[in-house]
Amino acid sequence: MIYEGKKKIWADYQKEIPEDHYFYVRSCIRQSFFPASEATFLDITRNKLGKDIFETKHHTTCGGIAYHSDAIPQETSMTIIARQFALMKKYGYENYVCSCITSFGLYCETLETWREYPELQQKIADNLWKSCRLEFAKPKFLVHASDLIFKYRMQIAAKSKFKLVNQKTGEPLRVVEHIGCHYSKMFPSKGVGGAEYPYVLVGMIEAWGGQIIDYPERRHCCGFGFRQYLIKGNRGYSVSNTHKKFESMEPYKPDMIITNCPGCPYFLDRWQYVIAETQGKTYGENGHGIPVFTYEEVAGLVMGYDPWDLGLQTHQVSVEPLLDKMGIPYDPAKKYLGRNGKDLGQPGKPHCLK
Amino acid sequence: MIDFGFSVSPSSRINLDSVDRESFAALAKLEPDVLKCMACGSCSASCTASQFEPTSVRRAILSLQNGQVEQALDLLKGCMMCGKCTMVCPRGINTRHLIISIQKIYGK
Amino acid sequence: MKNNILVIGGGPAGLEASANLKRLGYNVILIEKDKQLGGHLAKWDRLFPDGVSARQTLNALLEEVSGVNCFTETQLQSINVLDKSYNAILSNGITVLADAVLLASGFDLFKAEKKEEYGYGIYEGVITNADLEEAFREKKLPSKQPQAIGFVHCVGSRDEKAGNPACSKVCCATAVKQACEVKEVYPDADVYCFYMDLRMFGRHYEDLYLKAQKEFGIRFIRGRVSEVAETADGRLQVKAEDTLSSKPLRVSLDMLVLMAGMRPSESGKTVGRQLNLTTEEDGFFSSADNLLEIQRSKLPGFFYAGACTGAKTLPDTLHEARSAAIEIDRYIKEKFSEK
Repeated sequence: MIYEGKKKIWADYQKEIPEDHYFYVRSCIRQSFFPASEATFLDITRNKLGKDIFETKHHTTCGGIAYHSDAIPQETSMTIIARQFALMKKYGYENYVCSCITSFGLYCETLETWREYPELQQKIADNLWKSCRLEFAKPKFLVHASDLIFKYRMQIAAKSKFKLVNQKTGEPLRVVEHIGCHYSKMFPSKGVGGAEYPYVLVGMIEAWGGQIIDYPERRHCCGFGFRQYLIKGNRGYSVSNTHKKFESMEPYKPDMIITNCPGCPYFLDRWQYVIAETQGKTYGENGHGIPVFTYEEVAGLVMGYDPWDLGLQTHQVSVEPLLDKMGIPYDPAKKYLGRNGKDLGQPGKPHCLK
Repeated sequence: MIDFGFSVSPSSRINLDSVDRESFAALAKLEPDVLKCMACGSCSASCTASQFEPTSVRRAILSLQNGQVEQALDLLKGCMMCGKCTMVCPRGINTRHLIISIQKIYGK
Repeated sequence: MKNNILVIGGGPAGLEASANLKRLGYNVILIEKDKQLGGHLAKWDRLFPDGVSARQTLNALLEEVSGVNCFTETQLQSINVLDKSYNAILSNGITVLADAVLLASGFDLFKAEKKEEYGYGIYEGVITNADLEEAFREKKLPSKQPQAIGFVHCVGSRDEKAGNPACSKVCCATAVKQACEVKEVYPDADVYCFYMDLRMFGRHYEDLYLKAQKEFGIRFIRGRVSEVAETADGRLQVKAEDTLSSKPLRVSLDMLVLMAGMRPSESGKTVGRQLNLTTEEDGFFSSADNLLEIQRSKLPGFFYAGACTGAKTLPDTLHEARSAAIEIDRYIKEKFSEK
């Protein structure tokens, strides 16, 4: 691997990311899959770094899942998106940051479609006015929330309490980064570092002390694929893709996986359980899996948030081996206690996966 | 083990790293012309059996090169040794003889 | 008085045209931007289809131009169209009043790093056709025996997204030639050519293909490489589709050679901008007529030879150089003869 060669490509895919003042929209599924990630994003950016990140309860889904599952036509999703953008304008913002990769890809696709077909843009603007009485607007800058954490990675590193370093050996942790397909595969220029060698997560790992693993199936999809997962009969495809990735990364002995998409961490995490229960195979040390994190969770760990406040107890693959490596203290007794000390109940134990 | 109603499916991808090179080398030694196939398809187009059964010398050679021995043998099962493919092969491969050689090396 | 002819570009086209123009009695001024004459030919080791030495071929061309005014490391600074001729100022300070100009600015190799998925400049072991020729020429091939080597045809050719929908014409034959050559050096290695169509159109090219198959056991896989990655043991994992069996395919290789195609040369574009020369969609200069007047531009007295009007093989280029000399001779005689 010639690192300089990657740096040349990264230099070609510089994306302008404004420093401050964003209109923030959440993801539909992340709030239940990784319940504290978005709250952590807001807490880090607003309270720790002092940024102006505005959120309104009036925003909705972008319609992406329905669109990609062929449940709604493109015009419908475009009108939903036009409404989100109009809300941004209404609240006085021109920078738009979204938490979800599906949304990000769909926003990019929509803006590109409008650019190419102005008559369609006009039609959507009319739809918006008729249905919502809102004024059509487009963001000046569209970024994904991982772009922003990337932008702030050095500020986060400066405030860090822990590093992506094995405290016992002093060695950097071996980190697999996984980028959501719709982050830059459709529009490579919209992603930090492009599509073949994205830099957005690599930059965070480097800034926080970890070591990147570039394994052969790095670019391969996690297998979510909407219809591949949503229809039970197709789930074999989904889990097979995840299986292919794990088989490919296994020789590198990764300590953790960091992702920037709603679906990827979910499937890379949950399918390890299914692979363990159907194939009897686990990929971490001593029967454990490889813990999978969102970038907000990793930023939170680095900044010293309590692991249970980050919602890490909702992961299928236990995160304790990683916490031990990083030297992060945690109280096992509090793992399944909710925000106010309420007992959430203990999940059942898998047979094969520790 | 739990039955989820779905599972990891085996990959149908060709993996050239795991091709049995020794057997193919043995075949090429016995039948050097096997290397000359340029995949024109004349053999399968004129094959008597291919009208009814999946039969193709071209695809059998390709399958052997890709390490899919079972598939190669299946593609020759329907052969009736009529010799038409040998007549039409533009590279002059003695396909009839090749089919027998494949059976010798790979057949059970 | 002898008419001055300015030839821009000291590759095979410029050399061969200069030699013929000199023979026809003209005063030829040849300029070349590089230190040495010969263009890409000077960088190559052996030539398809017969494997003759590129150096010897170039030496033969160089012998013919003795007596021609050759200025190396010299570029065209500016050029003006006068009433009947061209006033050219060269970067070495010399001014040339030329009655005709021949542009033989050739091609640049496609920058293989633009096909990011192949990882040129990122994965060690991924090299270009030109790198391999240099390794042959300088005898710098890796001494460690590779287990498997691949060749990717059409890198930056027949690729709209890479900005070049055209075929580069020489890559198929070059790949098959190089595949045989590496097999000679590493007889135990598995050698694969990933092609879309094999365009072995020239005399003896098909023989070369047959030899590659039969004598060297080179495996031809019909499908374009889609992605290259590095494996844990530092080899290359290559993905393609075997389109003849309609199945995705993977293979681990130690060396992957990218057949970088031909793009219009940057130095040619600089000249083109000064004279507003028109180009076709492929970026190469447009001839006055693509059948009858290939050597003529739309400017009177300004001519083309070689790959500046599209990808050419070496024999094509030499033919064009000779016919450009005849065309220029005809033009000068018509334009400057006493009436």
